[in-house]
Amino acid sequence: MDLRLRHSVPTDDERAAVDALLGPPESAWDGGERGDVYDAHVAHGGRRSRERRHLLLPALEALQARVGWISETGLEYVCVRLNLPPAEAWSVATFYALLSTTPRPRRVVHVCDDIVCRCKGAAELIEQIEATVGPAHAHGPNGDHVHVDEQTVWMRSPCLGQCDYGPAALVQEAGESPREDVVRELTIDEARAILRGEAPSTRPKLRRSRAMRAEPDWTELMTETQTLRLPQDSNSTSPQPTLKLLRRVGTIDPTDIAAYTTSGGFEALRHALEIGPDAVIREMIDSKLMGRGGAAFPTGRKWEAVAKQSARPHYLICNADESEPGTFKDRVLLDGDPFAMVESMTIAGFATGCERGFLYIRGEYPVGAERVARAIDESRAHGFLGNDILGRGVRFDIEIRRGAGAYICGEETAIFNSIEGYRGEPRNKPPFPAQAGLFGLPTVINNVETLANVPSIVLHGGAAFARVGTEQSTGTKLFCVSGNVEEPGVYEVEFGATLRDLLALAGGVANGRSLQAVLLGGAAGVFVRPDELDMPLTFEGARAAKATLGSGVIVAFDDTVDMKQILLRIASFFRDESCGQCVPCRVGTVRQEEALHRIASGRTLGGVPQEVSLLDEVGVAMKDASICGLGQTAYAAIESAIHRVGVLNGARSRA
Amino acid sequence: MKGIQNGARLYVVDPRRTSSAAWADTWLGLNVGSDVALANTMAREIIHAGLAHNEFIKRGTTNYQAYKEALEPYTLSFGERVTGIPADVIRDAAHAYAKADRAMVCWTLGITEHHNAVDNVLALINLSLLTGHVGRYGCGCNPLRGQNNVQGGGDMGALPNKLPGFQDVTTEAHRTKFERAWGRDIIPKDGWHLTEMIHAMETKELTALYVIGENPAQSDADATHVTHLLENLDHLVVQEIFLTKTAQLADVVFPATATWAEGEGTVTNSERRVQRCRKAVDPPGEARDEIWIMSQFAKRLGYDWGSPTAEDVWNEVRALSPQLMGMTYKRLEELGGLQWPCPDENHPGTKFLHSRLWDDDPSKRGRLAPFSIVHHEGPVEQPDEEYPFLLSTGRRLESYNTGVQSGGYLSPLHRGESLDMSPEDAERLGVGPGDIVRVTSRRGTLEAPVYIDRGLRAGVVFMTLHFPDEVMTNLLTINATDMKSGTAEFKACAVRVEPVRVRTLRSSRRAEPLAAAGDD
Repeated sequence: MDLRLRHSVPTDDERAAVDALLGPPESAWDGGERGDVYDAHVAHGGRRSRERRHLLLPALEALQARVGWISETGLEYVCVRLNLPPAEAWSVATFYALLSTTPRPRRVVHVCDDIVCRCKGAAELIEQIEATVGPAHAHGPNGDHVHVDEQTVWMRSPCLGQCDYGPAALVQEAGESPREDVVRELTIDEARAILRGEAPSTRPKLRRSRAMRAEPDWTELMTETQTLRLPQDSNSTSPQPTLKLLRRVGTIDPTDIAAYTTSGGFEALRHALEIGPDAVIREMIDSKLMGRGGAAFPTGRKWEAVAKQSARPHYLICNADESEPGTFKDRVLLDGDPFAMVESMTIAGFATGCERGFLYIRGEYPVGAERVARAIDESRAHGFLGNDILGRGVRFDIEIRRGAGAYICGEETAIFNSIEGYRGEPRNKPPFPAQAGLFGLPTVINNVETLANVPSIVLHGGAAFARVGTEQSTGTKLFCVSGNVEEPGVYEVEFGATLRDLLALAGGVANGRSLQAVLLGGAAGVFVRPDELDMPLTFEGARAAKATLGSGVIVAFDDTVDMKQILLRIASFFRDESCGQCVPCRVGTVRQEEALHRIASGRTLGGVPQEVSLLDEVGVAMKDASICGLGQTAYAAIESAIHRVGVLNGARSRA
Repeated sequence: MKGIQNGARLYVVDPRRTSSAAWADTWLGLNVGSDVALANTMAREIIHAGLAHNEFIKRGTTNYQAYKEALEPYTLSFGERVTGIPADVIRDAAHAYAKADRAMVCWTLGITEHHNAVDNVLALINLSLLTGHVGRYGCGCNPLRGQNNVQGGGDMGALPNKLPGFQDVTTEAHRTKFERAWGRDIIPKDGWHLTEMIHAMETKELTALYVIGENPAQSDADATHVTHLLENLDHLVVQEIFLTKTAQLADVVFPATATWAEGEGTVTNSERRVQRCRKAVDPPGEARDEIWIMSQFAKRLGYDWGSPTAEDVWNEVRALSPQLMGMTYKRLEELGGLQWPCPDENHPGTKFLHSRLWDDDPSKRGRLAPFSIVHHEGPVEQPDEEYPFLLSTGRRLESYNTGVQSGGYLSPLHRGESLDMSPEDAERLGVGPGDIVRVTSRRGTLEAPVYIDRGLRAGVVFMTLHFPDEVMTNLLTINATDMKSGTAEFKACAVRVEPVRVRTLRSSRRAEPLAAAGDD
């Protein structure tokens, strides 16, 4: 791709898609017609295009949604509109898995083949699709193996966050009214039908389309609400008290602001405005709430650090880029209680001096994005967002940014680059986000579940919150229990419950099989043995057991699962998702996958022990020298599977 | 760029909408050569809007009343008519400049490569005086240098009227100081600048030439003529690091070193910061250090200077130049350079000039800054029926002057010489990218491929001086020069453009204007 524009002409569709986002061109200098006398002597807009740089990713997403891929003419039109060299926009377009820079049919079925869906037969399902429909769509750098005349193609996908309903698929259909459908419990018959061009079946699954946003179909939405029924609700043997974070999920219409307010919604916001920012932060500190995204940093301290910064403006980001394989708790919160996220973000913004917040949601969550967008609009219309919140002169508003298939963008500094319109590559720290985050300014960034705790802390006080759970792990925690259990789902428990308790909540190992291993914390987490189930799932408990809670993932693997294949899938996930910025991770994740391939195929170099010591060595290099958490934890799960669970014990080399 | 990223406002004045202009809050695409008209129109608007800095004008300037009166004809509508820029845009730029806390004017050769170059500069200086944007941090007038050491050349006295440290040849006190130090008399009058030298070659007053690090055979306007003059000198000595076209004409070539890597010395950058450069590698082949070459040259002429080091030479310059006195090699190395004036070894250097004009004590203000009365003249050649296009010449980011140093390596940005023209003109002539056209001025004719530049408007075409071996652009340029500075008008001459080889088959609709153009 060139540094220079070639002045190619975009198609009408491409122009329409970009103009719908950016507005019509203002002059010949940003994509309009030449010939105006004024334009021959004057151009404005250098500053304006710099200020709109952050719209690059949304503009590329608009092209993808309209045309199904990003052509050179479309890309160049975006560059003309935003005053960017094509090479720069190309670097961003090629970064994200859900964006294609080679021709792709309008309809693409992303079939999850990640570790959890594999427990539910995804590998076998994909074999059947390959045998009866054909191979997956390949997108080579030169656009080879592309059959654009086909209407629908399928592709393998990393975890889609539907682990409680695997095997899952995401159907994307580009066009004037693009559709995005999540398909759950996909069967081979249904896969064949979808790939023949039929719409996904009308079973009560989550189905949404962007086009419907203008004219909502309330009946259908109510049907969807029912699908949000939590397994924990129906489990009478539950030892847990009433749900807190999940109390509205599945019980109220998530699209109805009245339902939200009658169930206590926005009371915390009113109270926060009453007591003021300092008091809110004090309650947050007293609550000892730890971040739920994986890093477990005290939230109140984070807020305090940002509130103190003199540089303005401050920004708030809600990190809803939940992409850790096996994680789906944030999806449940966003789908089932979107107004709560609006309220929580508004309180956080008020407390930390932000007037603008971004909710960055992963591209694979069309329902959540849709519902939160509606919740934002409704909240604004009812005075809970905007320039004069509840008549108190407080300003705050929220903008949604959708990811485009990049696990790394869940990293807190990569998310900044992604929102600013750059490749989602993590930044070096320091400076920390509280000093220099989004657009180089002080930024609060919190995970969805972390923010979901805010209203009750504000309403009932930090001390009350801290009384729940243990000394160091306060409050309740959502766990995503999936894999080979009877009732996969999100379970909310007070801190202190053990791994055994959680597995029991989910009905234990399915089909009476025995447990082989449990993965805690996702692909970046740790495998533990079946004899370690009495480990308390608290921050300190996990630390003591040399494990991690990560994002609250608990995946159970029974004795039928081929763990070598699971490890391979984890390794290929990291190889695919490494942003490539730093060498240890870029090279290490490839070496790691190669070694596991050799072990799985029995063609080792010098035997299994030699391969394991190579893996250990590469793992140390990645852990010590990678810029961000992705590389630092890329070996963690594999290391624990080998050394803690012993999945390679007895593995032999054929040679 | 850092300032822009931090939010500074940028106004770019250029006939072409360049890639720099794309960064601007506002691009003012003036007609070629209407710079004085634009500056004067802005000045009149500033005065009439009550935005002039009257306190500074009173305190630090002279000749304001006459200047103000001279500006009267430069109304916004006059400015719009002459520059082509809408009146409200000129007004907005004038107000933004005058109201800014700090504002600076930066320019390069678009201002100085005109027959009225000095007037252009004076018009900009007037603006800075009018608004008090001078003698304060973050303000001023900044001619941006194209090379790392243009300023250093001036510092060392490589000017026809100056001795080292910007001391006038014609001022007796300055001259006698040097005469005493050097033990020789110095001719008490200004030397010739480049244009005068060329004239002197024509009249045979100049018969021998010593050229150091310059390629006049290709870089000067009306190149055929210059080459002819160089060929007819009695003796030509060229000291160079490359065998340039000029060096090829020489009787003697001294192979020299690239001082930035192969020798010791100092350079001075655009902010007057003197910095050390150090020898990192040995020069290739028979190349010799420049100080050594000149010492040996002097020896053959009968003067034994010994074997001075770069530091010896520098210390002599310091001893004779009050502005540089405080800059020992030791200090330059410790502090990473110093900005002159730096009169003694405890002086921290000077961040910006002319703060004296703001001094509360009139006796400390020194000579006040005069407003200069300058008027719009426009380019010497204007397009007419015979030569309907205005050709401006200049540079491109990836190339350097006549290409002696930049032509030898590959860059994806290199695209060779071309005649850049607007899409409208190309359409009218029926030519497309890569088609060959003949470009003719009153002085010469050449052929070049067409490049479509959307940053150009109809009637203006552009070429560079980077590829003289392919296309000798300076065959076309006019040798009109500014008598005050000696700079030539590279930025404006009238040309005719005719298609020669049209590679691509075009529709008949487009072929018609081609035939019509041929009949012109």
